[in-house]
Amino acid sequence: MTDTTRPPASGWADEANRSNIGLKRRHARSRRLQGFGIGAIALAILMLGTLLWTMVSTGYSAFVQTHLSVEVTLSPEEIDAQSPGDANYRDIMQRAWLSSFDNVTEENEGDLLSMLSRGAELQLRNLVIDDPSLIGQTIQMEVPAADDLDQVEKGFVSRATPEEYRIVNDRQIEIFYELKQDGRVSTPFNTALFTEADSRFPELAGLKGALIGSFFALLVCFVLSFPIGIAAAIYLEEFAPKNRWTDLIEVNINNLAAVPSIVFGLLGLAVFIGFLGFPRSIPLVGGMVLALMTLPTIIISTRAALKAVPPSVREAALGVGASKLQTVLHHVLPLALPGIMTGTIIGMAQALGETAPLLLIGMNAFITAAPDSMMSPSTALPTQIYIWADSPERGFTARTSAAIMVLLGFMIIMNGIAIYLRKRLETRW
Amino acid sequence: MTVLTLTGLILVIALLGYAMGVARSRSALQAGSVLHSRPQYSGAFVAFLFALPAVCLMLAWVAIDEGIIRSLTIASLPSDVTEGIDRRQAGALIREVFQVISGRTFGEPEPYMRDAAAYYVEAQGWSRTLMYVSCLALGALCAGWGFSRIAPEFRARNKVEAIVSGLLVLASCIAILTTVGIIGALVFESWAFFTLVPVNEFLFGLNWEPQIPIREDQIAGAGAFGAVPVFWGTIFIALISMMVALPIGLFSAIYLAEFASPRVRTIVKPVLEILAGIPTIVYGFFAVLTVAPALRRYGEMVGLDVAANSALAAGGVMGIMIIPFISSLSDDAITAVPRSLRDASLAMGATRAETVSRVLLPAALPGIVGGVLLAVSRAIGETMIVVMAAGLIARLTLNPFEGVTTVTVQIVTLLIGDSSFDNPKTLAAFGLGLVLFISTLGLNVFALNIVKKYRERYD
Repeated sequence: MTDTTRPPASGWADEANRSNIGLKRRHARSRRLQGFGIGAIALAILMLGTLLWTMVSTGYSAFVQTHLSVEVTLSPEEIDAQSPGDANYRDIMQRAWLSSFDNVTEENEGDLLSMLSRGAELQLRNLVIDDPSLIGQTIQMEVPAADDLDQVEKGFVSRATPEEYRIVNDRQIEIFYELKQDGRVSTPFNTALFTEADSRFPELAGLKGALIGSFFALLVCFVLSFPIGIAAAIYLEEFAPKNRWTDLIEVNINNLAAVPSIVFGLLGLAVFIGFLGFPRSIPLVGGMVLALMTLPTIIISTRAALKAVPPSVREAALGVGASKLQTVLHHVLPLALPGIMTGTIIGMAQALGETAPLLLIGMNAFITAAPDSMMSPSTALPTQIYIWADSPERGFTARTSAAIMVLLGFMIIMNGIAIYLRKRLETRW
Repeated sequence: MTVLTLTGLILVIALLGYAMGVARSRSALQAGSVLHSRPQYSGAFVAFLFALPAVCLMLAWVAIDEGIIRSLTIASLPSDVTEGIDRRQAGALIREVFQVISGRTFGEPEPYMRDAAAYYVEAQGWSRTLMYVSCLALGALCAGWGFSRIAPEFRARNKVEAIVSGLLVLASCIAILTTVGIIGALVFESWAFFTLVPVNEFLFGLNWEPQIPIREDQIAGAGAFGAVPVFWGTIFIALISMMVALPIGLFSAIYLAEFASPRVRTIVKPVLEILAGIPTIVYGFFAVLTVAPALRRYGEMVGLDVAANSALAAGGVMGIMIIPFISSLSDDAITAVPRSLRDASLAMGATRAETVSRVLLPAALPGIVGGVLLAVSRAIGETMIVVMAAGLIARLTLNPFEGVTTVTVQIVTLLIGDSSFDNPKTLAAFGLGLVLFISTLGLNVFALNIVKKYRERYD
């Protein structure tokens, strides 16, 4: 038995055996390369997952806001029904807050007062101005708690940390838990995040101004880049003679698509603001800069969509006597439209996330009112994220992540629409 | 806002002109004549003739009126104030006038400033009124002429098509105009900068301290504009990012092109593309919030002192962003190698790994190099990640745990909150911008050429 299976001492079989050992090594190397590939992909996906998880895990808490309930007496002596805006609401609110405790002393007064947000008095003021008939009544209000307390409620402040490293002291935490037992603490959905503009206080800061600013900027961007981009693409794809001039335009568009975005910001700053005299920080200028950046994207994708329409369509239209322009506008363009829309939406989604050019034209200013027109200073969604990321208060970290979640949400929706359009409407020839 | 109203007005009147043109053409049709073009073309002809001249005049007006009003306002000031002032002082005077207009003045403004403010406001009002009148008048004149030409034998379609073709050409020239605008703006402002700071000192100087005093009584550094440390920081961070992105991107591309089943490919490719679609500000915040503190902790564990804004954190996170560029461009290059080469290698008995490393990679090398160069240009021009995660102080260092600064970071910090174009600090940003533009453009052109040449070889 052993004799028959043992390889002969010399000759081809020995050779084969040697190469067999080598083959094993060679296959092992092949598997190793495959392993590296899988490892690389896994690493990339892991990083993507970590990034998204970081945003969600730090940002989710900003979608709720701790509120405290206060009983406020609106006496007619303090608030004049004729001019309800003039009363000292800060004082009224503070006294109402303090009156709900029975052991207020000189030393814990400060602790108590700093538990309330500055937004409380504003909320009271707006309430009374909207409905002056409240004057003379005693009302129950849910007012936002200060950010420090909000962090306690959300579990980001540990009592194990020594008191001097904390923004809230032990007494405040004590009082807060008492309030909680009395049912005077609630954590409703943080509507302020969407209905308020920026603020110095995290608990009052919202994205309204940034959302409107981004909307205006994208509107300008779309109105400029969509028609111009399609027109340029039609010319280059359907009409342009093949010569040096059109070659130059083509090379130029490809290179513009790769120019760093900050260079477009420099262009906007020097030409639109410096030379043409537009004011800084306005969505109109932001939109114009974004339009210049989006133009190459739209031109390139429109050309691809036009190219995908088969020549038979053009020949048929020309054959029944349509002019060249009629052929393109009546027949080729409608067929290419789904592809063009897909490219445009993807370009718009890119423009929505673009930050650097907007920073240079000053859309990172601190503005506490939502813009009412394209000409009023405002921030945009990405620049608002930049401002909040730079703010030291703990509450802004969560809000930055929440704003990023909103931004990514918009981008997912836009790209989802683009994919849907491509899947459902695009004709395969 | 006036421009928007005027644009709306022009559009409405143009629509009216369209309706009038159509009606006139139709009436000829009803009278029994044979038309050359359908009535819609006559209408479009009138509408275009109204809108185009009006809009062109409006744009030209808006482009130049502010400058004229400003110089008129300066001229209206008493001669002892304006005697021998230069561009910079004139700008300061105009800012003062604006402050008087908006009422944000400290103390009582000089009476002549008050007059100048009133003059400016009045001139602006006049300019607006004149603009409305002249734009609409010009449009009406042209449209009237067009309207009078409408007749059954008038070749309206040909005219309209000529106009539309002209507009198409114009639209495609916008791209050229953008490039001209970029180069013009960068060169013009850089020129002003290089009259203040010599080119040699900027390109080869080793000391970068742009914080110069803005007012005379301010205490600040003397200001030094040697940009070598800034260039080094940019290259250093780009290198670190490539060290992260290149192996991950290349290995994923090899796996996706050669080993993965079609199903895995269709799932993994878009997932990797997501990395490229995430806005860079998100990466920047990720670097600040997670990566930099984590590196700092790990550094402490092994006894290394890692700065909070280390080059490693910024470069590493930038590398994650760049992975999809490398992987998709390398994937394209590898799959573009003809089937016959691959089959020949496998038929000779080579394993898949040997086919990849001895046949496919050498054949795909130009495409891969092109992709890598495009990725490097991307890394150099990337702004938000480094603005948030890299340092502000320019250092010539090889230590990745220290903070370095980059060209884009300096551009942003030099320009934020400063709008006057007359001091070397703001102008330096344009000098850096010019260097950035030229280097990324050079890399792109070079890379695209390599990729193109390579594609032609197998087609």
